[in-house]
Amino acid sequence: MLILTCPCCGVMADETELSPGYEAHLKRFGPGSTPEEFEAYMFARKNPKGVHFERWRHTYGCGKWFLAARCTATLEVFGTYPAQVSEPPADIIARIQARRPDWKADWQPDGKAPK
Amino acid sequence: MKRYSVFAIAREAARYHMGWERAWASPEPRASYDAIIVGAGGHGLATAYYLGKNHGITNVAVVEKGWLGGGNTGRNTTIIRSNYLQDPSAAIYEKARSLYETLSQELNYNVMFSPRGLLMLGQTHHEVRGYLRTVHANALQGVQTEWISPQRVKELVPIINIDGPRYPVLGALYQARGGTARHDAVAWGYARACSAMGMHIIQNCEVQGVRSENGTVTGIDTSRGFIGCRKLGMVVAGHSGQLAEMAGFRLPIEAVALQALVSEPIKPCMDVVVMANTVHGYMSQSDKGEMVIGGGTDGFNNYTQRGSFHHIEETLRALVETFPMISRLKMLRQWGGIVDMTGDRSPLISKTPLANCFINCGWGTGGFKAIPGSGWAMAELMAKGEPGPLAEDFSMWRFKEGRFIDESVAAGVAH
Repeated sequence: MLILTCPCCGVMADETELSPGYEAHLKRFGPGSTPEEFEAYMFARKNPKGVHFERWRHTYGCGKWFLAARCTATLEVFGTYPAQVSEPPADIIARIQARRPDWKADWQPDGKAPK
Repeated sequence: MKRYSVFAIAREAARYHMGWERAWASPEPRASYDAIIVGAGGHGLATAYYLGKNHGITNVAVVEKGWLGGGNTGRNTTIIRSNYLQDPSAAIYEKARSLYETLSQELNYNVMFSPRGLLMLGQTHHEVRGYLRTVHANALQGVQTEWISPQRVKELVPIINIDGPRYPVLGALYQARGGTARHDAVAWGYARACSAMGMHIIQNCEVQGVRSENGTVTGIDTSRGFIGCRKLGMVVAGHSGQLAEMAGFRLPIEAVALQALVSEPIKPCMDVVVMANTVHGYMSQSDKGEMVIGGGTDGFNNYTQRGSFHHIEETLRALVETFPMISRLKMLRQWGGIVDMTGDRSPLISKTPLANCFINCGWGTGGFKAIPGSGWAMAELMAKGEPGPLAEDFSMWRFKEGRFIDESVAAGVAH
């Protein structure tokens, strides 16, 4: 059973209490963007085997959305944090780097995938 | 390749079964091949087989990081059906189902295809309307299905409870020619036939990188060194995202865990496959007598090949209402597989941004039933460089173009 601590209400929630929302930190592209940008935002996914940042909703609790840093290869949870950020906070990054020294952040400030 | 036959059995019986040869060879990889298929599961091996049989390309290697058929090919619930709503899906799944009918004879390998019939229960009025629509669509597509009454369901499945308090059985979508097959044998049979055509099946060989020049694929780096190729086919299901990353593009896919479980073996009690999509469970009885049960997927990215325990509980709780007699059954084994889910729950059989690199993935929760049709279509795509009629709708660019093949809303599938 996956257990995440909701950063909004502080409850340690079982996954049965939560709804998964898939990849976090997507930069939205809407009217005025190119079809490629819109497709990448809408459909293309990192789907990494390893460190992943995800959206979750504490559906059967406080109802708030929050974000989680998790390893998809081992199901280890690195931490959760509020959703009102465009990048993971420094303490989460530090915790991931301590556990996964080879891991490199794979986002750029403009929201594009790294080359 | 020595043919398997009743005479071969008699011959071997007379000499203590000392003369059976290995079903497929394990050669060292050559420096390069005309085509490399990554992934020796059912889909990869079927692709290689039809490349040789339909298109005469036999300088082919199938590389596999683990062992042959050790991924989702060995982890599914072996159900075969083609009662899909959308035309492209019905076409490729029906092609696969019809190829399964003669696969044992064609491969000279008993894949134990058992067209025992398949029911998809309608347990809400909404579901009934959806299935009636599917029946009409199937009639136009040339897929033989029918809508049957609850009484007929009870005749076909005596152990079913059609008067459940929450979800009574209101009828069923019945595909008489659907059924099951022996999943491992499908991979083994294709592997044996590929090996007999001179193809190389290279196990324990993990792809670590994809090399290209001027936007055209030139080969793959593997745990056993570089192997060159003119064409590359990626057929790796759950790990498609990793391989695409190596080739420099992203896919509209999330990898999640799907679970299945089997009970202790019991006497024959159900000779059809029953799917109950409203309550998220499906069940058939194996030849050994185990009840083979599948349920829903987890909703988060996962590569661990094990799923969340509460899904087992949900699946069994739902099935116990519909099949009260299984409430006392002990469950023997449970396992998970990593399925590659696209946004519209339909697969990709597609060219990629890298020239001469092709991808076949996204089968999600329904890959096993598609193996022969998928291999057929992928082989055509790889041989000709352009998709044939079976594959043309499954391009990875359909998302940009808005041409979804929307089986998730069509509810032809359980997830």
